[in-house]
Amino acid sequence: MNTVIIKYNAGNTQSVLYALERIGVSAVVTDEPEQIRGADKVIFPGVGEASTAMQYLRERGLDRLIPSLRQPVLGVCLGMQLLCRHSEENDTHCLGIFDLGVRRFPASSGKVPQIGWNMIYDLSSPLFEGIAERSYVYGVHSYYVEKSPFSIATTDYGLSYSAAISRDNFYAVQFHPEKSADVGQRILENFILKIN
Amino acid sequence: MLTKRIIPCLDIRDGRTVKGINFENIRDAGDPVEQGRLYAEQGADELVFLDITATNERRKTMADLVTRIARQVNIPFTVGGGISSAADVSVLLAAGADKISVNTAAFRDPQLLNTLSREFGSQCVVLAIDTKYEAGAWYVYLNGGRVKTDRPAFDWAREAVDRGAGEILLTAMNNDGTEAGFALDVTRQLSEGLPVPVIASGGAGTLDHFTEVFEDAHADAALAASIFHFGKISIPALKAHLAAGGIPVRHTV
Repeated sequence: MNTVIIKYNAGNTQSVLYALERIGVSAVVTDEPEQIRGADKVIFPGVGEASTAMQYLRERGLDRLIPSLRQPVLGVCLGMQLLCRHSEENDTHCLGIFDLGVRRFPASSGKVPQIGWNMIYDLSSPLFEGIAERSYVYGVHSYYVEKSPFSIATTDYGLSYSAAISRDNFYAVQFHPEKSADVGQRILENFILKIN
Repeated sequence: MLTKRIIPCLDIRDGRTVKGINFENIRDAGDPVEQGRLYAEQGADELVFLDITATNERRKTMADLVTRIARQVNIPFTVGGGISSAADVSVLLAAGADKISVNTAAFRDPQLLNTLSREFGSQCVVLAIDTKYEAGAWYVYLNGGRVKTDRPAFDWAREAVDRGAGEILLTAMNNDGTEAGFALDVTRQLSEGLPVPVIASGGAGTLDHFTEVFEDAHADAALAASIFHFGKISIPALKAHLAAGGIPVRHTV
C-alpha cells in the first residue's frame, strides 16, 4: 500500500502523517505529480485560505492533476472545500469535482469559525463503517459545503451542512479525522483499508 | 450541536511537566507526552502545553517535545509560553502543534497578531490574557502576571480579535488557584461581546463551577490544571455531570 499526502502551502500535513503512523501506515508527503499519480491512496489535507491554496495548486499543475486521479482520494477540511466548484472565501474558483458551493457560516449559526467537537449523522458510506451515528468529530472552519445528494454525513451548526461528501473515487470530510480521537482514527483506517 | 470543551493545561519546563500528576498506572509522572495521551484517553477535548522554560535552548527543546506530542496524541493541542515572533510560531506549527498562544509579546506589539493570522490563519492564533480585578475593573497583566497595565481586558480582547486572534484564553488571576469558581462576570463579558470562542481559566474547584461557567458565563471551553492533575476531578465524571445538567459535551466512554 502506497499512500501519498499532497504537499502544499496549507498546514496539518504533518498531523495527517502522524495520524497515519499511529494506525501503522507510512505515507509520503509530496507535490511530485508522478508520485501522486502512482499512489494507491491520496490524501488532500488543508488548513488555510482558499485562494492562496488554489494559486499554489495552479502554479504546480496540481489543479489539473487532482481531478484526473482515479485511485481513492480523501479531501480534509480546506481540501474538501477545494474539491468543490466555488468558495465564497475570497470568491475562489475551485477544482469543481463536486458541483457544489462553499459558503460562509452566517452570524446566526454562532461564533465563526466553528471550533470544536460536533456530531456527524446520516452516515452513509463505507468510510464510516463501525462509526456510530451521532459520533463526535473535531473541526475548525468558517466555511461549509452545502447539503446535496453527494452528502454522506451531516452536521448541524445553526444550519445543516455536509460533514462529508463522496463521488466516484473522491471522498472528503469537513472535520479533522487526524485530530478526532478514536473516531477519526477509524475513519482514516476505513479510507486506507475499506475504500478501493 | 457544538459541544463545550474541557481542556487540561500542562506546565512544561525543559521538556518535562512541572507538577507531578496523580494518575494511576502512569509510567513516568513528568512526561508531558504520556500525560497528554492519558488525558486524551479520558476524554479531554483539547490540551494546552505552557512552556515556562527560560533558556535559550527553549525553542529547540520545545519543538522536539511538540513533535513527540503530535505523534502520540490524537486530539488538538495548543502550545504557549514565550512566543514572540512568526519564526517561533512557524517552528511549533511545523513540529505539529495545532494552535499557539501568545500573551505579553502580542500586547507589546499588537501587529504580531495581524502577522500571525495572515501567515498561519486565525484558527491557530489563541490570545492569552491574564487579568486581575482591581478598583472596579478587570485589567490586563503581563509577564506571567507580574506587570500591571492600565488596559481593561475586554478592550484589549476586542482589539486582538480585530487584529486576527481566533480564540481568547482568559485567566482570572484573582480566582486562579483558589478553587472557588471561575470569574463569571469577565468571562461572560468577553464571551457575549466577542465573535470568537472564549476559554475560561482560573478558579475551577468543583463540578458545579464548570456548569456555571458554561451556563451563566457562556464560555465556549474551560481550562484547568491542578484539579485534574491531582485527581480531584476526573474528566469522565465532569462530563457526566455536565451532560446531566443539559450542557452539550462530547461523550467518549
